[in-house]
Amino acid sequence: MPVSDSVPVTIEQHEYSNGLVLVGEVMPGVQSAAFTLLIPAGAAYEVADGLKVGGGAATMVAEWITRGAGSRDSRELLTALDNLGVSHSESAQTLHTSLSAATLGRNLVPALEIFADIVLQPHCDDEEVEPVRALCLQNLRSLEDDPGTKVIYELRRRHFPEPWGRPSPGTVEGISGLTGDALRQFHQAVYRPNGAILGVAGAIDWPRLKDAVGRLFGDWKPRPDPHLSEKPGGPRRDHILRETQQIQIALAHPVATVVSPDYYRARAAVAILGGYSSARLFTEVREKRGLCYSVYASYESQRARAAMLCYAGTSTDRAQQTLDVIIAEIRRLGREGIEPGELETMRAGLKSSLIMAQESSMSRSSALASDWYFLGRVRPLEEISTELDALTPRSVSDYAAGFVHMRDLTILTLGPTALRFPAESKV
Amino acid sequence: MTFHHTTLENGLEVIAELNNRAYSVAAGFFVKTGSRDEMADLAGVSHFLEHMTFKGTPRRDALTVNRDFDRVGAKHNAQTSEEDTFYHVTCLPEYLTPSFDVLADILRPTLREDDFETEKKVIIEEIRMYLDNPMSVAYEAAKTAHFGPHPLGNSILGSVDSITALRVERMRDYFAQRYSPANIVLGFAGKGEWSQLVELAVQHCAGWQGGPATRQADPVRGTGTFRAIRREEDLQQTVVGVSDAPPLETEDRYAAHLLATILGDHTGSRLYWALIDPGLADGAELSYQDYNQAGTFFTFLSCEPGETQANLGRIAEIYRTVMAGGVTEDELDQAKNKVLARSVLRSERPMGRLASLGFQWMYRRAYLTLEAELEAFSRVTLDDLRRLLRDWPLWPMTIVSVGPTTDVHRPK
Repeated sequence: MPVSDSVPVTIEQHEYSNGLVLVGEVMPGVQSAAFTLLIPAGAAYEVADGLKVGGGAATMVAEWITRGAGSRDSRELLTALDNLGVSHSESAQTLHTSLSAATLGRNLVPALEIFADIVLQPHCDDEEVEPVRALCLQNLRSLEDDPGTKVIYELRRRHFPEPWGRPSPGTVEGISGLTGDALRQFHQAVYRPNGAILGVAGAIDWPRLKDAVGRLFGDWKPRPDPHLSEKPGGPRRDHILRETQQIQIALAHPVATVVSPDYYRARAAVAILGGYSSARLFTEVREKRGLCYSVYASYESQRARAAMLCYAGTSTDRAQQTLDVIIAEIRRLGREGIEPGELETMRAGLKSSLIMAQESSMSRSSALASDWYFLGRVRPLEEISTELDALTPRSVSDYAAGFVHMRDLTILTLGPTALRFPAESKV
Repeated sequence: MTFHHTTLENGLEVIAELNNRAYSVAAGFFVKTGSRDEMADLAGVSHFLEHMTFKGTPRRDALTVNRDFDRVGAKHNAQTSEEDTFYHVTCLPEYLTPSFDVLADILRPTLREDDFETEKKVIIEEIRMYLDNPMSVAYEAAKTAHFGPHPLGNSILGSVDSITALRVERMRDYFAQRYSPANIVLGFAGKGEWSQLVELAVQHCAGWQGGPATRQADPVRGTGTFRAIRREEDLQQTVVGVSDAPPLETEDRYAAHLLATILGDHTGSRLYWALIDPGLADGAELSYQDYNQAGTFFTFLSCEPGETQANLGRIAEIYRTVMAGGVTEDELDQAKNKVLARSVLRSERPMGRLASLGFQWMYRRAYLTLEAELEAFSRVTLDDLRRLLRDWPLWPMTIVSVGPTTDVHRPK
């Protein structure tokens, strides 16, 4: 499956003097344009040295800055975005706060003008703090009512060293205690152009875009990068008691990061384990045994650490068997490796997804920002394709051989009863 | 962009909107059958049958079905609603032939008994998964409360009891009645050659047999009942409100969609400013759902239990105000801008076009280009909205509340 012939791609990049990086991709055949602005201002920075604000500050600030900015009050700002037909979302994650938007290509620069106000000139009015707090507290409560999402946040918190698994929704105590001044302090310390990346894709005019971004974001002042101290995560085995219909089962195992030379081998191993419907987990857990409705493995990476996450949700009486089968499949992958046909399937799936992403300005804009964050460049499609072609059953199997040690596995369950976990010493 | 249409001799309709600039092609079978077509003792059979199609055919077992899609990188899925079962695949154009070979194959499943018993367990897990989701529980209960004995109130998934009791023979009968070619539309969107698509359709589907299937689609008016269900384990209170709205057969659906956007879009709407912005709720939306000979406005609310009663009062106030005074020109323009941009964005992917194409054809025998659809939205006037609000009042509505408190009642 050659990917380079089918997709003509033009990728441009520019770094402004304040450190902000603009990455753009002109996509023929689309009318829309989308952008993703990644600001290194996620929940991890809540515990930066010398800062130490309550959990949930990043999320509260991401909501706060949209409530009036530049010459517009809160209502005028949202109305202006609506009038431009901008679909947008602002959210804090663990590492970044992400502002993303999509609209018709002709409305891109006017939309960026509004977002430049949000980033550079938010009003951050004190009277908005209580409504923002109330909203964030309610979101936290709704998260408690959503066991499938809750268990993944809690898994990351246990698997990654603090603060790299810090849940962005925060805590009730954290959100309840944050004052307007503390939020302002967080905002001033961490919202910065150095380390920020703006990915833009779709119907764009690059020279005009480059000038506009320079004009709009040029006055954004760089700040020193806050320092984050690492502490151990854990525990490696845990259960959260909850009176739910199903038990949520979540596992994490360390894998190679996007930056690592082993990246493609890791991606392949995770996909073959649980990335699609003919993958091993779906086949063994759902198709053959009918143990659950939802089961998968996925890959996620930060710069310095990455994980394979596995998830299943099932009834109490079948949860132990489900966990046992998942662990057996992880170990079988480690001991016996993969088949040539599995590698072909994995390749076809990944390449198709890459090409189909060219039909969506939104998914390309986030891929551009993400690639730049990891690599300081954007990987051309043909490079990814070549790397995937270079994989062999042997190279992927050798990589997966690292999956046999139970000590590396973090296991978390959530539900009415705890399960038996494999000992950490087991190989 | 070109549109094509033909009908095979067995009654299967084939449509395609082709676009040479697309990178992918999407194909889908739209089967006109869903939970509203089920008798009480068959509750959940449409959705269960959707699962069973993936479990194997005379040529493939379940593992082969999954593998044959995945080996060419085809993204496949299916969904069942109150009135349709929709099977779809998206792939690169050069892999359409093998992808379509699987998709068409599974529309003639074996329905083996041992697969049926294994999959029954999966369905029961799916039901339990949704039981852990307060919004799903409230939504299902609200539809049942609103439609009363009308089959639109049937649960899509069925219940643990109805699924446990279901026998494979009944599913086979249901399949024979509902999956006849004349009850199915085959749609394509994206990059492709019409002659090749027709050839594929003939090769794989011309041998399908079955007589005409009918649906009893009686118009229905909601009951307007009120119900409070206690779920002690929840932290938030979840409320779903339902009122009647124009059916999909009328042109009023454009106005209904715009009205729902103005009042209850997730951002910038009247509900947003009244409930979300001040932090009184973490979810407050209004959406329009059209059905065959029926329609509904759904109101969704998620908030702290103690604030539920007051929030219901605020929602009632918003609906009464708009029923008395209508909306403003600015609000209407803003909603049109939102709908336009979102439609363009969604339509850039062939899969984003396919569903709209297929359902338009199934229920209206109409092909609407994206431009024509946008034009229909832009023609809506303030008078249309006034008339809509008179014919389809938003208040009073059926209300179901789910959560830790049952101290909730219909606002005055």
